[in-house]
Amino acid sequence: MKRVQFEHSAVPYLFIAPQILIISIFFLWPAAQAVYQSFLLEDAFGMSSQFVWFRNFEDVLSSASWSRSAIFTVIFSVLVAVISIAISLFLAVRADEVIRGAKSYRTLLMWGYAIAPPVAGLLGNMMFNPLMGDLYKAFNSFGFEFNHIQNANDAAFVVILIAVWKQVSVNFIFFLSGLQGIPKSVQEAATLDCKSAERRFWTITFPLLAPTTFFLLVINLTYAFFETFGIIDVSTKGSPGGATATLVYKVYVDGFIGADLGGSSAQSVLLMIMVSVLTVFQFRFIERKVHY
Amino acid sequence: MFRKTLMAAAAVFALGNTAEAATEITWWHAMDGALGGVVDQITADFNASQSDYHLVAVNKGGYEDTMTAGIAAFRAKNQPNIIQIFDAGAATIINAKGAVKPVQDLLEENNVKFDINDYIPGVRYFYADSDGKMIGMPFNSSTPLLYYNKEALAKAGVDVPKTWQEFEEAAPKLKEAGYIALAQSHSPWIFFENFMSRHNLQMATANNGYDSTDVEILYNNEALKDHWQHVKDWKDAGYYGYYGRAWGANQDAFVQQQVAMWIGSSGSFGGLRKSAQFDFGTSTLPYWKGVGDAPKSTFIGGASLFAFSGHSAEEDAGVAAFFQFLTKPETQYYWHKETGYVPITNAAYELAKKDGYYKESPDAEVGIQQLSEEGGDWTKGYRLGFYVQIREVIYREVDKIMNGEETVDAAFNTIEEEANGLLKRFNDTYSN
Repeated sequence: MKRVQFEHSAVPYLFIAPQILIISIFFLWPAAQAVYQSFLLEDAFGMSSQFVWFRNFEDVLSSASWSRSAIFTVIFSVLVAVISIAISLFLAVRADEVIRGAKSYRTLLMWGYAIAPPVAGLLGNMMFNPLMGDLYKAFNSFGFEFNHIQNANDAAFVVILIAVWKQVSVNFIFFLSGLQGIPKSVQEAATLDCKSAERRFWTITFPLLAPTTFFLLVINLTYAFFETFGIIDVSTKGSPGGATATLVYKVYVDGFIGADLGGSSAQSVLLMIMVSVLTVFQFRFIERKVHY
Repeated sequence: MFRKTLMAAAAVFALGNTAEAATEITWWHAMDGALGGVVDQITADFNASQSDYHLVAVNKGGYEDTMTAGIAAFRAKNQPNIIQIFDAGAATIINAKGAVKPVQDLLEENNVKFDINDYIPGVRYFYADSDGKMIGMPFNSSTPLLYYNKEALAKAGVDVPKTWQEFEEAAPKLKEAGYIALAQSHSPWIFFENFMSRHNLQMATANNGYDSTDVEILYNNEALKDHWQHVKDWKDAGYYGYYGRAWGANQDAFVQQQVAMWIGSSGSFGGLRKSAQFDFGTSTLPYWKGVGDAPKSTFIGGASLFAFSGHSAEEDAGVAAFFQFLTKPETQYYWHKETGYVPITNAAYELAKKDGYYKESPDAEVGIQQLSEEGGDWTKGYRLGFYVQIREVIYREVDKIMNGEETVDAAFNTIEEEANGLLKRFNDTYSN
């Protein structure tokens, strides 16, 4: 079979040029800088530097606190993504069924989207303040010995709770529009065939939402990896004992607070590799199960 | 009409010119809130005192933010004239050869009389090099102090403990009176660095790091471990409140009267006077009687001002003029009174005494008295690289001691190992 070849023109390249330019300036160039820095030992003020091959990577990979942080990041990201997708899917399905006052419900559910992560962290911080926090008091009045200042699991719970809360509204918007994109005729036909709303959801609605869900999975994992930085910095600062320090937070602490450029660059290169592998994995193995 | 406009324009131009005639110098600092207001006042006073230079003070956030901003600006060749760098970051900026102009050179070049002996003993050599040349100008200088709730101590019928032995006797009585006896706001600074100084114990090899960057930390010693074992036991017995690593959370526990005594900074005095709704006093940092040769003076904490290199001689002269203004007894006395930071020169201390300030509020003198206590070989200070990260390691391991995840021994082994790893990295980075 002969493949159809279209005439090439420069016009499409012209259209994508601005985007390529932006990506080059704000992503490719800094990323290349990070790779370069990760091979150097350089003082903070840039007065002297030396090329040390993989020394920075060796130091990072052999550090116990980095491994702990890596494990926490993976668990944290999976939990944040799965929980926030589940909750928002539930809310979106419910909100889609509402007829009276639908607009108000939807607006209220989307509200959280407008809140910046550090602000969410600050809110969480106040609610969990041991001296005056309502949630802290509420948990303890139920008899949990809740103490996120000292207990690693409790602290992880706090950051996951804030991160999920912040992300639910974003997911909600996508799910709601996904649900409204499902043709009424399909839903009505399904109603005739099957009485159980739950079965209808799993056999008709959810498969039709699969592209949205997959998209949100990618977005949410990236969110949990990178954007939760503000939440952690404001709420726990990685404590207790480094139990809630994600990899991005560690990059920040070592690079910006500690002024160790080589070490933190090596960490960000490792992070870049991890996220690339994860994304490739998602597209190769999960996307196959998605039908558009 | 046209002529009038032209003349007006000429007038504006001329005015602009006279304003520009003053050389502008910039100062990035980390003093926000009430402290920022005092900095602004000092800046305004300096600008009013002369017409050659115009100082612009900019708050860049906290200590770490300010240092990061300074590093980024320096790398972009856009550095301010003066930057405030905190104690733990001093090694980073001092060891970056050529990044700053030693303050002593700067003052001498501009014919400002300089004698290091004018400064109180505690601050004299903290920001100096191993030859005793002053590199950074001490600015906000503080030291850890014990604050106590007078009513709580009276209720329990105890005196302010001078030693940890006395504290151990007082703590159960305070518990009975309904208080947690103690909290403190900065584990690395108070219970590590100043513990070493107070007991005159060596903190690191190579003269506490002043002589070389090739150093090892000496935290893993029996005296310090024993102290932390006690702290852990106090916590388990309900004598010690651990509110995490945040400074504010521990201070709040004192302000809200859950905790009877709190160790903070002498610089906390002004803020506490506003927030605490009860009568409180200050006392010196307790020590273990019989350990080392306690009591010795504590380290100076806080931050100092560095003059970045790469500016014109004219601007450097402005920086020298400002430093001269800043170290004047009157300026220092004002700063001391408004903030609780200690005066850094003997003359300023004398002025405060002469003015009767300590008769009126004796608590304000405790900090400087503690710094003027007899010094030892290991009370001058320390100069350790990547110390900000070493403090992070300490914070992390203290969390683990406190929640029982690790024993004191294990935590100190980790601190030693990781701190030495960081010091080695620093040495490899900065030694050539």
